[in-house]
Amino acid sequence: MVTADRVIDARGSFCPGPLMEMIRAMKTAEVGQVVEVLTSDSGSKTDIPKWAEKAGQEVVEIVSGDDGDAILVRKVK
Amino acid sequence: MPKRLLVIGSGTAGLMVANLAARGLDAKVRRHEVEITVLGERDDYVYQPGFLYVAFDLMDPRNLVRPVRDLLHPVVRFVHDRAQRVDADSRTVLTQGGVSLPYDYLVIATGSRISPEEVPGLADDAHWFYTLEGAVKLREALQNLRGGRVAISVGIPHKCPVAPVEFTLMLDAWARTRGLRDQLEITYTYPVARAHTIPAVAEFAEAEFERRDIKLETFFNMESVDTQGHVLHSQEGTDVAYDLLVTVPPHRGDALGGDSSLAGGGNWYPTDRQFLQVQGHDNIFAVGDTTDLPVSKAGSVAHFESEVVSDNLVGLLSDGHRPGHTYAGRAFCFIETGLEEATYISFDFQHPPVVPTPSRSIHFFKQTYNQIHWANLKAVI
Repeated sequence: MVTADRVIDARGSFCPGPLMEMIRAMKTAEVGQVVEVLTSDSGSKTDIPKWAEKAGQEVVEIVSGDDGDAILVRKVK
Repeated sequence: MPKRLLVIGSGTAGLMVANLAARGLDAKVRRHEVEITVLGERDDYVYQPGFLYVAFDLMDPRNLVRPVRDLLHPVVRFVHDRAQRVDADSRTVLTQGGVSLPYDYLVIATGSRISPEEVPGLADDAHWFYTLEGAVKLREALQNLRGGRVAISVGIPHKCPVAPVEFTLMLDAWARTRGLRDQLEITYTYPVARAHTIPAVAEFAEAEFERRDIKLETFFNMESVDTQGHVLHSQEGTDVAYDLLVTVPPHRGDALGGDSSLAGGGNWYPTDRQFLQVQGHDNIFAVGDTTDLPVSKAGSVAHFESEVVSDNLVGLLSDGHRPGHTYAGRAFCFIETGLEEATYISFDFQHPPVVPTPSRSIHFFKQTYNQIHWANLKAVI
C-alpha cells in the first residue's frame, strides 16, 4: 500500500463530507504528495475518483476494509 | 442559589431555546429557582431568509430587523456582549467586556458566518445575499443589470443549502419579467458532481436549469478570482468569465469554539446527533449552524433542535431528570422556484426528501411563514 503524506479520517460523515475533505486537503498539498481519506460513505468510492479525473489528479489506491474505505489521491499538478 | 441556564447567541437557535425554556420554567424563574440568560454579540435580530427577497427588491430590509430584547420572554436576562472563552472546568463563560458568567447548563448557538476571504479576490469582486449589507448591494447591482454573463458560485459548507438554487431560479424569472432574459447568460457552478448535495434537489434543479437555459458547471471549487479580467478560476482548472458574480461564500463557525478548545475544524462543535450535547460535556449543548452534524445549516434545523434541547433542559432544571427527547435530523426548507411559485423539501436522518411540483400555494405559504417566523421565535406558536 502507498504511504500517504496526509491522512484524513472522515468516517461517520456523509456525502459530500469525505469528498470535500479531499478537495480541501488537495488544495494545500504539494505536487507529488498523496492524500488519504478514510470514509464510511459508500458514495465516496465513486465521487472522489470522478472528482480526481475532472481535476486531473491521480487516484493511486482504494483499499476497502471492515469499517470503511481508504482512498488515496496523488496531487500531480 | 438558582440553577443557571446560559445561552450564547442571539440568533434563531439562541432565541428559540431561551424562549421555549422560559415558557417551561416561567414559575421557577419567578421564584428565583432558575435563571435564564442569553449572551449575545448582537442586540438586534435579523431575519436572514429575507435577504433573498431584498436582492430582488421584493422586501424592505427595515422589516427584517427587530431588537433582541423585544423578542425575548420577559423572564430571560439579556447580556449584550461577546463570549470570548468557555471554561468548561469552572463552568464559566468569560466575555469580551470582562464579565464572568457562571452556568450549570450551557447552550452554544453561535451560528455560522461567511468567510469570503478564503478565496483570493472573491470579497473584492463578488456579490452575495448572505448579509443584509450584501443583499442591499446586490439589489443595486441587479437594478443596474442590462445584460451580460451572470455567474453563481458556491462554497461548502454554507447555511441554507437550497438558497443558491432559489437565487438562480428567481433570477431567471425576475429577468423574464423585466424583458432581460435574452440578454443574460446565467451559469450556476457547484462543488460536487451534481447541482446540489441532496440528490433529489440536484435532480430537480438540473431539470429546471435545462428547461430554462441555465448553464451548469459541476465539480467547481472556487480557487481565485481575477478581479481585473472578471474570471472565476476553479481548483479543477475550469474558468467562468462573468459580468456579475454572485457567490455563496464558504462558511465557518464562530472563533469561540476554537478559542475554547471545544470545537474542531471549521470551528464546528462535535455534537451528539441525538441529544445535541457537545461531545465529552454532558451540560453543554450545541444548537443550530454551529454543530458538526450531517444536517443542513438552516433555520428549520435550528428550530427543531431547539425544541429537543429546551424540552430536555426544562426537565433537567425542574427535577434533574432528562426526559430523553431526541433529535432525528428533521429539516424543512422551502424552495422558491420563481417569483410566484415554490416547492419544499422535508427530511430527516432516515428519510431523504422528495421535491413536490412547484405551486403558487407553496409560495404563498412561504410568504406567510415570513411573518409567522416572529411568533415562532418568541415560542408563541
